[in-house]
Amino acid sequence: MSIKDALNNAYTKWMEGSGPYASIVISSRVRLARNLVEFPFPHQASEETGRKVIQLVEGVLSDPQVRKRLGVFDFVTMGELSPLERQVLVEKHLISPQHAQENGYNRGLALRDDEAVSIMVNEEDHLRIQVLFPGLQLEAAWEVASQVDDVLEERLDYAFEEKYGYLTCCPTNVGTGLRASVMMHLPALKMTQQLNQVFTTLSKLGMVVRGLYGEGTEAKGNLFQISNQITLGPSEEEIISNLVAVSRQVIEQEKLARESLRKEALVQIEDRVYRSYGILANAYIISSEEAMDHLSNLRLGIDMGILRGIDNRTLNELLVKIRPAFIQKIAGREMDAFNRDLKRAAIIREVLQNYKVW
Amino acid sequence: MKMVYYCDECKKRPATVHITKIHNNKKTELHLCEECARKHQEIPFSFEPNFSIHKFLSGLLEGTPLEVPTLPSIQCPNCRLTYEQFSQIGRFGCSQCYHTFGERLDPLLRKIQGNSRHTGKVPRRAGGNMWIKREVERLRAELQAAVREEAYEKAAEIRDRIRELEQRLK
Ligand SMILES: [Zn+2]
Ligand SMILES: [Zn+2]
Repeated sequence: MSIKDALNNAYTKWMEGSGPYASIVISSRVRLARNLVEFPFPHQASEETGRKVIQLVEGVLSDPQVRKRLGVFDFVTMGELSPLERQVLVEKHLISPQHAQENGYNRGLALRDDEAVSIMVNEEDHLRIQVLFPGLQLEAAWEVASQVDDVLEERLDYAFEEKYGYLTCCPTNVGTGLRASVMMHLPALKMTQQLNQVFTTLSKLGMVVRGLYGEGTEAKGNLFQISNQITLGPSEEEIISNLVAVSRQVIEQEKLARESLRKEALVQIEDRVYRSYGILANAYIISSEEAMDHLSNLRLGIDMGILRGIDNRTLNELLVKIRPAFIQKIAGREMDAFNRDLKRAAIIREVLQNYKVW
Repeated sequence: MKMVYYCDECKKRPATVHITKIHNNKKTELHLCEECARKHQEIPFSFEPNFSIHKFLSGLLEGTPLEVPTLPSIQCPNCRLTYEQFSQIGRFGCSQCYHTFGERLDPLLRKIQGNSRHTGKVPRRAGGNMWIKREVERLRAELQAAVREEAYEKAAEIRDRIRELEQRLK
C-alpha cells in the first residue's frame, strides 16, 4: 500500500486482532534509534543536510537487491503532507506526534507496503526504525527491526562507539537505541482497582507505563502501554525478554481479574457491556472520550464471551476511525468538535450495523 | 467593571472554562473557551511521553555535582554545542559530542540509565573489530554446545569459522 492509500484507510497491520494474547495485547512495537556519523543530529542540521540524509536512506531502500530482502517502501516528506494527513499517520501509530509537528521537506517517512515497518527520517535521530505487530510478538518485531537495521548499516555509516553503543541525540536512548512497547487493554484490573499496584510494581522493574490516551490510571479506553525504560547496559535480547516476561505477568493478572469479575459481578458486567453497546449503536453525538470508554466495555464483553458477533479487528480499526484527524480526512474537510461528534457517532453506528450481535 | 478574559488558545472567544493545574507545587492556570477546551480534552495518541523529556533531563543535569564552575567549558569541535548548552537542552548536537564531553557523561548516564556501558548489538561495519570479537565469542559458545551434543562435523565447521575470523583480527 502506498502512503496515499495508508492515509485513506484506517486499517493497518497492528489492528489484525491476531497474534498471541490478542484478547489483551493489542500490539507490540519495537523502535530502534540510529544516527549517521557524518551529519549533526537533526535539530542541529541544516535543511539541506536533512534532505541529504533522506536521499541516502531512500537510495538504500529503493535498491532492487534491498527490496528483495526487506520489501517495498514508499516515501514521503512531512512537507508534502497537510497537517491533517500527518495527524492521521500519528493516529495510526505510524509516526510520532513530534514528527507530525514538522512540515519540512527535510523530515521524512519510509513506510513498507504492509505498514508493519515505518522509518522516520530526521525525527529526533536520523533514523527511527519502527516495527509494529499485532498481539504479543516482541521477539518477532525485534527480529524484523534488527534485519532492517543490518541492511541499512551495510550502506550507511552509523554513529557507534564501543562504550556507549549506538549514539543518539538524547541520552535516554543511547546504547541499544531500543524502545520496546506493548499496548494492552486492562479493563478488569481497572474495575477491580488493582492498576496502581500493578503499575508501581512495573516501575520498580524498570518499566514505564502510560495511558495510551490520557494519563496514568485515568487513561481513556483502558489502553496502556508498557515500555522498557533503560536502553544502555542490558542487551536487546535481555530488554525484549524482560518485557515479554513482565507482559505475561500483567496478562495473567488481567485474566485473573476477569475471572473474578465473572464469578462475583457477572450481571453488572453484562449490564455494562450491553449498555455500552446500546449507546454506541444508537447515539447521534459522541465525543472520542465517551466512545473510547464504551468501546473498552464492548471489547471486554467480546473477550469474556458475553457479546458475540463482532471481532477484535473491527474494534481495533474503530480506535483509529473515531480519532479527530481520521474523521476529518474521510469527510474531506475540517470540522469543529461538535460536527466531529456527530460524524463519529454516525461512523460507529454504521460499523455496528454490519454486525448481528447476540 | 466586569473583566472579560479571552481564551488563551484562540484569543478570540471569551474564556468560560478555567483549568488550574498544580505540578511540582507550581500552579498554572489555563483559561479557555468551550470550543478550545473540548480540543484540549482530545488528547492525541502518542507513544512517547507527554512531558518534555529534555526539560526533565536538564533538571537532572542541574543537580549534577559536575556542574561546578571550576570545570573548563567544553565545546564540541564538530557541532559547536557547549556542555552548558547540552545541559540546558538535554540533547547532544552530533555523535562527536559523546567524545567531546567524555567522562563528564558517565555520572549522568548512570543516573538515567543505571549503566554506562553498552553490551548489546554491535553493527557489522561501524563496530569494526568489535563485531568480529563478539562473533567469535558467540561461535565459541556454539562450538561448546556442538561438542556437548557430539555433533563433531558441525563443531569442525564452527572451529574453522572461528579460525577464519581470528585471522582477520590479526
Ligand atoms: Zn478558544
Ligand atoms: Zn557535537
